[in-house]
Amino acid sequence: MSQHTTEPAPAAPAQPTSGPPTSALDLAEEFLDRSTPLSRIRNVLHRYPAISPAIVLVIAVIVFGLLNDRFLNPANLSLITQQVAVVGTLAVAQTLVILTAGIDLSVGAAMVLSSMVIAQTSVNQGIPAVLALLLGLVVGLAAGALNGVLVTRLKLPPFIVTLGTLSIFVALTLLYSGGATVRGGEMPELLTWTGSTFDIGGVNFTVGVLLMLLLYVAIALILSKTAWGRHVYAVGDDPEAARLAGISVSRVLMSVYLAAGAILALAAWIQIGRTNAASPNAGAELNLDSITAVVIGGTSLFGGRGTVWGTLLGALIVGVFRNGLSLAGLDVLWQTFAVGVLIIVAVSVDQWIRKVRK
Amino acid sequence: MTTATPAGAATETRTPVLQARRLVKTFGRVVGLDGVSLELYPGEVLAVIGDNGAGKSTLIKCLTGAYVPDEGELFLDGQPVHFKRPQDARAAGIETVYQNLAVSPALDVASNLFLGREVRKKGILGSVFRVVDQKGMRKQAREQLTSLGISTLQDVTVPVENLSGGQRQAVAVARAAAFGSKVVVLDEPTAALGVRESNQVLELVKRLRDQGIPVILISHNMPHVFEVADRIHIQRLGKRAATITPESHSMTDAVAIMTGASQG
Repeated sequence: MSQHTTEPAPAAPAQPTSGPPTSALDLAEEFLDRSTPLSRIRNVLHRYPAISPAIVLVIAVIVFGLLNDRFLNPANLSLITQQVAVVGTLAVAQTLVILTAGIDLSVGAAMVLSSMVIAQTSVNQGIPAVLALLLGLVVGLAAGALNGVLVTRLKLPPFIVTLGTLSIFVALTLLYSGGATVRGGEMPELLTWTGSTFDIGGVNFTVGVLLMLLLYVAIALILSKTAWGRHVYAVGDDPEAARLAGISVSRVLMSVYLAAGAILALAAWIQIGRTNAASPNAGAELNLDSITAVVIGGTSLFGGRGTVWGTLLGALIVGVFRNGLSLAGLDVLWQTFAVGVLIIVAVSVDQWIRKVRK
Repeated sequence: MTTATPAGAATETRTPVLQARRLVKTFGRVVGLDGVSLELYPGEVLAVIGDNGAGKSTLIKCLTGAYVPDEGELFLDGQPVHFKRPQDARAAGIETVYQNLAVSPALDVASNLFLGREVRKKGILGSVFRVVDQKGMRKQAREQLTSLGISTLQDVTVPVENLSGGQRQAVAVARAAAFGSKVVVLDEPTAALGVRESNQVLELVKRLRDQGIPVILISHNMPHVFEVADRIHIQRLGKRAATITPESHSMTDAVAIMTGASQG
């Protein structure tokens, strides 16, 4: 910036009074701040990272709506929300972890383990449904605590930690369940309650979708309104700066992994209702799908930037693409292809946005 | 040799705000500090200069709790203090602005000023749900910036990463000066800045002093040091080579002492 200035630097703006900032210096800075329209767009996207996924979602809905009449049918829209509920819930946990510049490859596997514990203790051991759900929560918290301890105490990279615990949780699930699926019909009603539907203006919603939305509201408020939320961003942004500001980085990280554990237990409950079963083989794709939703939602893998609302949009974009492409009659493989393209585009956009004023 | 102590002699009747006595810090067989003493008096800007490897950073880290010295004593307002962590020094009123600034780029100006000590809302929202008082913090942030004369930064809702280097530095300095601090330590505050922005930061340093907050300024930049410093501590080979003033010595003299060409 200093190359633009040819005149000798004037004395610093001595404006102890809070008058209007109109010195030549301020004007020069204003001018230098706003160079091209493109960088202005970038600045806006930088400040509100959920804008780009919102635009993508609107365009996708319009295009798929034009391609096929059935797409905008209330029943179809309801189906999309149901398809999104589980991964959308897991993606909240994933968002928290990614905001701290971490990643959780094990979140789906831990969710399946939690769902098996809920179903089996209830059906095979005859434990009351509420207690079974609490046990599922304990499993989720334990999984989160394991990841958190390995990341904060052993200082291992979250990628490696959760790659390891992914295998561990998958193995534990199969060992515990013996590979057997528990059917929803055998379970107490409370466990499959998340799959029951209610009607709002002609569109069917499931309890699971409602719970997911409530979770989004709660976490969005916590992230934006509480000190803890700010610390999550600060830790992901620059852990050293956060530490120097007096934040206990490992305590924040630990709390994030524990929160992720609690959220994945909720996802387990929603999953049981959605599939009307608890299957040890379900959800292998959920680990990566939750990351996909977060990334497409504009949250940066480098940490410190993003919102849960972006993640919700990301999850909906994936749901809309899968549903829309299948209604358009394309091979299922093209859905997977499209999701891959979306991820790469989303990360490229994020890289471009992050170049602001370096 | 002649000026090392006499320069400070006139002021020695006052109690230093911060005093280090014969600090020693070794790293294995490398001696970082070899019995360094330093005094910072109320209302002054003390510059610390020295060549690379002279022990400037080590000295500052010992003063701010980032290192624990092997030997020697620290006094704050005449009372002995022992810092085990940066937080200890901070709690005692020594605020440090590090070279890499230590701001959180994605958070806004107000959030950065209050990072790690957020003001909570009154009542149950604040005590149980730990909701922060966003409005109150923004108001206080504006007041703090105005009192430091940082007029270009009145929008405290802008993310710090959208600011220029000088403005970021201003945020970091404003944070250091914000919370009733007794001493502000600035580590190379102008190193990454252009001429214009450096001048703004130097003005800020003067304003801190005028508000009665003593400043320790570590810098490589002789013109900057000579512009704002009241006294200059020259570090050489892990020791204090001299303490001079801009009036008693020229920049050439200072560089000569720094490089060992002159004994001071």
